[in-house]
Amino acid sequence: MVQRIDRDLGRFRQVVRGIVKKELRRYMTTGELVGRQGKDLVSIPIRQIEIPTFRHETRKFGGVGQGDGEAGEPLGPGDENGEGPAGNGPGQHFVEVDVALEELARIMADELELPNIQPRSKDVIEAEHGRYTGIHRHGPESLRHFKRTYREALRRQVMSGAYNVDNPVIIPIKEDRRYRSRRMTRAPETNAVIIYVMDVSGSMGDEQKDIVRSESFWINTWLRHQYKGVATRFVIHDAEAHEVDEHTFFHTRESGGTRISSAYQLVARMIEEDFPPSEWNVYVFHFSDGDNWGGGDTQVCVRLLEEKILPATNLFGYGQVASPYGSGAFINDLAAKFKDAGNVVLAEIAGRDAIYDSIRQFLGKGR
Amino acid sequence: MVTREELVPIIRDIEGHARSYGLDFFPVVFEMLDDEQINMVASYGGFPTRYPHWRFGMTYEYMQKSYGYGLHKIYEMVINNNPCYAYLLNSNQLVDQKLVIAHVFAHCDFFKNNAFFRGTNRRMMDELANHGARIRDYMARYGQDEVEDFIDTCSSIENLVDPKLLFEAPESTDRRIAEEAPPVDVPRLRSKSYMDSFINPPEYVEARRRELAEAGATGFPAREIQDVMGFLVEHAPLPNWKRDILSMLREEAYYFAPQAQTKIMNEGWASYWHEKIMTQRVLDASELVDFADHHSSTLAVHPGQLNPYKLGYELFCDIERRWNTGRFGKEYDECDDIAARAAWNRDTGLGREKIFQVRAIYNDMTFIDEFLTEEFCREQKLFTYSLNERNSRYEIADRGFAAVKEKLLFSLTNMGHPAITVVDANHENRGELLLRHRFDGLELRRDFASATLEALQRIWSRPVHIETIASEAPLLLSYDGTRHSERALTSEVTA
Repeated sequence: MVQRIDRDLGRFRQVVRGIVKKELRRYMTTGELVGRQGKDLVSIPIRQIEIPTFRHETRKFGGVGQGDGEAGEPLGPGDENGEGPAGNGPGQHFVEVDVALEELARIMADELELPNIQPRSKDVIEAEHGRYTGIHRHGPESLRHFKRTYREALRRQVMSGAYNVDNPVIIPIKEDRRYRSRRMTRAPETNAVIIYVMDVSGSMGDEQKDIVRSESFWINTWLRHQYKGVATRFVIHDAEAHEVDEHTFFHTRESGGTRISSAYQLVARMIEEDFPPSEWNVYVFHFSDGDNWGGGDTQVCVRLLEEKILPATNLFGYGQVASPYGSGAFINDLAAKFKDAGNVVLAEIAGRDAIYDSIRQFLGKGR
Repeated sequence: MVTREELVPIIRDIEGHARSYGLDFFPVVFEMLDDEQINMVASYGGFPTRYPHWRFGMTYEYMQKSYGYGLHKIYEMVINNNPCYAYLLNSNQLVDQKLVIAHVFAHCDFFKNNAFFRGTNRRMMDELANHGARIRDYMARYGQDEVEDFIDTCSSIENLVDPKLLFEAPESTDRRIAEEAPPVDVPRLRSKSYMDSFINPPEYVEARRRELAEAGATGFPAREIQDVMGFLVEHAPLPNWKRDILSMLREEAYYFAPQAQTKIMNEGWASYWHEKIMTQRVLDASELVDFADHHSSTLAVHPGQLNPYKLGYELFCDIERRWNTGRFGKEYDECDDIAARAAWNRDTGLGREKIFQVRAIYNDMTFIDEFLTEEFCREQKLFTYSLNERNSRYEIADRGFAAVKEKLLFSLTNMGHPAITVVDANHENRGELLLRHRFDGLELRRDFASATLEALQRIWSRPVHIETIASEAPLLLSYDGTRHSERALTSEVTA
């Protein structure tokens, strides 16, 4: 009996999956899903899956209700979707379906034809894991194993003859107590860090930042799917670079010029200090309008990339977001130098519509 | 939590009380289910063996979710069948179980005795299991996607049924078509009246008329048919397995139709009886508060909503009161002295008898039409609401009796669905299907109408059209299999 509904539930999930897949480009373009992810779930608004039938347009019609109130008193807000205050009106148009991040990443992979990421090197990164799988006689009270403790007490009382079947009272004493304990296991681990770098000079407007936000959402979704633990770090720069938290990253607006080398220096230092490539898969994504300071700064950038950053990263992505002011020379300078480098991806993002293709470019390398 | 064994004597006890009140029902089989199981059964409309379809999975997901959030809980479900099946939630407390059991017996009485259920298949449990088996078999043979897609298509038209057919066998409709077919008009040559019998000789006209009638020039179908589903089962060019599925789904639609037609009455009746049985016979003094709590939440009025349990319950109580005190008939209706009406009592004592009669021969629409009185409307604080376009809020519009009744009846007419008929199956003499929306003040929702036309076209395989009214002008919506189109009609076509 239960399998039957599970089958239909599975079919329903397939239907949802199909819809999400069909709408993926729209989700990517509008950035609708950004900020909707929980720990492992994304709640995706989809048009309510309804079987169409001939039905009345009842939005204006209203209905019959019961209760106090004078004529003209509001019942509650209606909304554009025609959702009435229940009564005998029809339901809403949009429902939210929770889709696992995993699932979303798989849909993304199908739709964008993304290859799985190949392990970077053969030497496995190992890490110690602790899990509470053992039982100890001593430990903190917060880890006391209730059931085991009572079982011990019962066993002791049965053996000592103190157990009375008609009045089964069990009182654990100190020796009966059992505690959960931590066991350490060594397991191969695949850790990844994504360092987002964004140009916040005056020429990067809100529209550009929104694009970056969408990009980072989809990159995160994909890399979280590929690695067990993914850390994210954020760097903003104009003429100087700072490491910031996520909120600041998306909400800072600076004016002033752009010196990209400052950011690359900071990234190189972060990798050196915090993310040695022997333990981390490092991803760096840099978004800018490509309007770099003159005077040889671009040469400095190229050198930093070549010597410090590229050897330590799995992938270096540069997205050049079109802005009304940008000159856009930087991408050409990089292209001239790194056209054949395996771990460099350069993408021009002309507007929202280009997000889809740039994500495919960034993640299509399989690195 | 109460086990099934503990419940058995309670069920027998309540059954005895129910029968002693005059309730009359098929044997009832009780099943205890946990919340997951009861949500599952409810997703299948009460039939755990129903055919597989993603829509049931969707319902289940939503139910499980809202149960998890504590928004919704199914205490009980009853299936119209002989024997009746009743599913009880096993986590109900004892007093809730008692209430629910009494409620169930009243539902079963309603299923057995209400006239609108007379034609329903009382072996539906078996029938739907058969449908399930057949559809599973088709899935194995023709592919799950193919079959499921066709079920989607059929489900799009499952509200295109004719509630009147609940009372007649399909054959008799055919006979009526033959009888009521309009006389055939034979084209005549123009003539002066004194020359007419020579230019259009009566023998020739008669012969021609017979010829035309035989050739079916009266159009097909001869008369508008509201049972669109049935018409398509008969006449759509479908392979047999598809025809079989369409016909099974039509059968299910007709089986469920009376339940949609009697929601207010059925729930009112059951609430009336669980209250009577509990308070007069079964309730233990210690359970009173819990009972009152549960009963009042069943009948609770949420601001601006109409609770069918409450409306039905109050109407039955009102009818009983009126017939007990003789507040009916010419003399009462014509009395316009408020004080006299308020104090009216003829000690007729006919209340109980009357409500049993009402439960037998009315449905929601006739029930409201007949028994919703102005006094009742005022006491119950009924009102109509409508959308205020300026601030897009729903606002209380009117507390007038006439307005409330009209709106309520409107929402019950044809079970709240638009009335749609087959007008012509050979439209433009090209084998196209023409439907007509019998406009009654509300337009069709256009996005849904287009999608439904697509479904109809998949079944009919030739272009399909529907005549309707939009912005007060007649309109023809069409779909030819690749393209939607619409065309304004001159008004005399639809008139």
